[in-house]
Amino acid sequence: MLHLILFSVFGLICVGGAVNLLVQRHPINSALSLVVVMGSLAVEYLLLGAEFVAAVQVIVYAGAIMVLFVFVIMLLNAGEEEHTQGSRVATLVGIPGMLAAAVMICWALIRSQQGSVALGVTPESTKAFGNPADIAQLLFHDFLLPFEVTSILVLIAIMGAVVLAARPGTVQETKKEG
Amino acid sequence: MVPLSLYLVLSGILFACGVTGFLIKRNIITIFMSIELMLNGVNLSFVAFAAKWQNLSGQVFVFFVMVVAAAEAAVGLAIIIAVFRTRETLNIDQVNLLKL
Amino acid sequence: MTPNLHLWLIPILPLVGAAINGLLGKRFSRQLVATVALAFSGAAFAMSLWVAARFSSLPLPHVETIGTWLRSGAFSADFSFYLDQLSLVMLLVVTGVGFLIHIYSVGYMWEEGGFYRFFSYLNLFMFFMLTLVLASNYLLMFIGWEGVGLASYLLIGFWFTKDSAAAAGKKAFIVNRIGDFGFLIALFLMIKHFGSLDFQKVFEAAKPFAAETMGIGFLSAIALLLMVGAAGKSAQIPLYVWLPDAMEGPTPVSALIHAATMVTAGVYMVARSHVIFERAPSTLMVVAIIGALTAFFAATIGIAQTDIKKVLAYSTISQLGYMFLACGVAAFSAGIFHLMTHAFFKGLLFLAAGSVIHAVGGEQDMRKMGGLRKQIPVTFWTMTFGTFAIAGIPPLAGFFSKDEILWRAYQASWVYWLVGAVTAFITSFYMFRLWFMTFFGEYRGAAGASHGHEEHTNDARARVSAPHGHGSHGGIHESPKVMLVPLIILAVLSIIGGWIGVPGSLGGSNRFDKFLGPVFRSSAPAVNPERAQSGEAAPPEQTTEGAEPKTGPATELIFTGISVALAFLGLFLAWLLYQRRPELPDLIVARFHGLYSSVAHKYWIDEMYSAILVRPLITLSRVVLWRTVDQGLIDGTLDASADSARELSDEVRHMQSGNVRSYAGWVAIGATGVIAYMVWVGTK
Repeated sequence: MLHLILFSVFGLICVGGAVNLLVQRHPINSALSLVVVMGSLAVEYLLLGAEFVAAVQVIVYAGAIMVLFVFVIMLLNAGEEEHTQGSRVATLVGIPGMLAAAVMICWALIRSQQGSVALGVTPESTKAFGNPADIAQLLFHDFLLPFEVTSILVLIAIMGAVVLAARPGTVQETKKEG
Repeated sequence: MVPLSLYLVLSGILFACGVTGFLIKRNIITIFMSIELMLNGVNLSFVAFAAKWQNLSGQVFVFFVMVVAAAEAAVGLAIIIAVFRTRETLNIDQVNLLKL
Repeated sequence: MTPNLHLWLIPILPLVGAAINGLLGKRFSRQLVATVALAFSGAAFAMSLWVAARFSSLPLPHVETIGTWLRSGAFSADFSFYLDQLSLVMLLVVTGVGFLIHIYSVGYMWEEGGFYRFFSYLNLFMFFMLTLVLASNYLLMFIGWEGVGLASYLLIGFWFTKDSAAAAGKKAFIVNRIGDFGFLIALFLMIKHFGSLDFQKVFEAAKPFAAETMGIGFLSAIALLLMVGAAGKSAQIPLYVWLPDAMEGPTPVSALIHAATMVTAGVYMVARSHVIFERAPSTLMVVAIIGALTAFFAATIGIAQTDIKKVLAYSTISQLGYMFLACGVAAFSAGIFHLMTHAFFKGLLFLAAGSVIHAVGGEQDMRKMGGLRKQIPVTFWTMTFGTFAIAGIPPLAGFFSKDEILWRAYQASWVYWLVGAVTAFITSFYMFRLWFMTFFGEYRGAAGASHGHEEHTNDARARVSAPHGHGSHGGIHESPKVMLVPLIILAVLSIIGGWIGVPGSLGGSNRFDKFLGPVFRSSAPAVNPERAQSGEAAPPEQTTEGAEPKTGPATELIFTGISVALAFLGLFLAWLLYQRRPELPDLIVARFHGLYSSVAHKYWIDEMYSAILVRPLITLSRVVLWRTVDQGLIDGTLDASADSARELSDEVRHMQSGNVRSYAGWVAIGATGVIAYMVWVGTK
């Protein structure tokens, strides 16, 4: 019962944040709404027994990525959105289409009656379901290769970000000097 | 006990909001944020299924998704900065040199 | 053992001459071109004489095959040549008269441009005509048939830079083609019913059939279609309109092709196919009616013509009508007899007319001639014999042949005889009109005694197209000997040519008829009880005198006398109107203005054809077929498909807008579709 209430409350906050992201005109407001969404999602993860993921969500997503977004918004001094012509296809066809897809999915899912999901803690187990030790076990044994590849991916992303965002000429000068 | 389908419905709603934001917003950064929203929705459904089938692989996958999302956000924002430098605008409708 | 006479050489020799002159003649001197042409056509004539000499010892018919041509299932046609009495007569006429005209042409065309081309075409014509005459199957004959049409086109349009000449050539060829269409259908029917086009096979297969006196069967159809072909080639109603226009060609061409030989190909073909025609009495009646009608019709037009060659052209059409009338009453040998004598005197008349035109410096209008008999005596005397011959005055050639036709026509029906007799009177009249206007009275033309530079009726002066320019000679003068000798020879033939056909009633033995007898005998259809009574049925025996079913020799003499009287009546009338009281013609014209006008305009037949057939056809081609179908439909379809492709891509290219959001929109739509499908599959 408590789960349901918690789920509903934070679910509504989540959806509210998402809708607010759509509605707001200034990107900074949208960014802050997204932070709200991240936070409520972290609570949802907790409800599903994924403590580690919830922690990572807050640290990485809300704490790093969204901060990055906010920094960029402030750097670029993005103002309120203008009203340009845009694409008729997107507004007229895309939105109704997506709404229709969403409705279809929800209807299909609700009809299928998958059954309930419990919290991670059960009286029988000694440890929680989503505890870091088990995740680490999976991560570094079964998923070692993807882990390593992802680390390289991050490395490349860093380099790419540096190069792309550098001021023109900066990279050349450093190469000449170095 | 919360039925699994509710979690999935929530995930779907988040995803739909992300797509809608992608389609109607004109600011490039906002569009990026919609993409993050979509990814979060997907993460939620992964974790939900992981809890359902009691398989931690779902959560590990969420881990990877987050890493990729972070990388993508970094590079994407770098690109946006570069575009902003040349085009002086954050309006995606004005980044249309590839039209016929 | 049938000896090999190498008949194939007779057509091939002129072909070789045509090839040599055609390919190399441009570099030859005129003497060399003339020598080549005369050598090869003379060689053909010599071979014909040699064949004639050996003729009596040959088993007949004599067929020589030099090679296979078509083999298609059960049908086969070979290159084979056929010699019997009929072919021999045609052979001698074609090569003989042809050779004489070749000699004449050397003189006539000496100053023209394109000398080598003329003789090349002339030899080419001889090749095709000889192929036609010697062919042993209808297919080879058709080659010759078409080929002489081609040669006629080339020679009529010899001065091709002249619009009227080029148009006349086209007209001749196209009208001929209409006839050829009928000929072709007849050939198809023959293949269908007889399985072959070989003369012997076809006639053997046709002989068992009885005469189709009840309506029209397939034999009548074949005969009728063959007659269509003959009407085209031999200028009968309704396909005669090309022959007067063909006078645009040089006069030797008119003499050879349009008087002596090519136009007689139709008569020859009908005579050759007599087996079929005898079994189709309704078609025979059609043939006779067409012949009689054409003879009369053309003669009436002839009396109002003022161009000397046009008079002779209509005269040719008229005389060809006589030949078809003869065939139509199944008097085939009489028709061939007239063909032969006609070749002599009509060839003579044309050549002499050419000599006259040459003398007065290119003038062809008789109203501008006159009083020439003292200045060009040889021409005058030869033309006189020709005129007397065609008028049917005994003892010249035309009298015997024409009289035999009239007699046979009377035996079929007195109507035929009446039309023929009236036509004979008119023929005599207009020929003597020509004679008087040209040679008697005062000279009304422009060619002076001293040198003068006349205005020619034809204008073009280009080197290749100058029609007989003659200014520098000046004065009225006789033609050179090379032109006069053929005239004299033909005049002699016109005098004595009829003597081999003197009928029994006049004391002769009609050797010609006897000679051709075996060809036309033994081909009679099954005995038909109505035959004896009905006037239209063909009498079975074509042979000798004494076989007239109706009346005896005394009646024949009466009719002969009537014919002679009519001939002299025509002479008298012509003398009256053009010599004695020359003001009369104008009075008559004024009095019968309407009638005269229609006659002078050839009954406006050309104009009618133009309005009914030619112009609608051209309009159909231009408006319907060209604009609507070709440009509109075919081009339009292609253009429309190209345009629609372009429009489609024009629409589709808007998808490539460079606008990221619209791309996203399309992706969203696609994703929706995929999701919908998966949901549908999953919840089934």
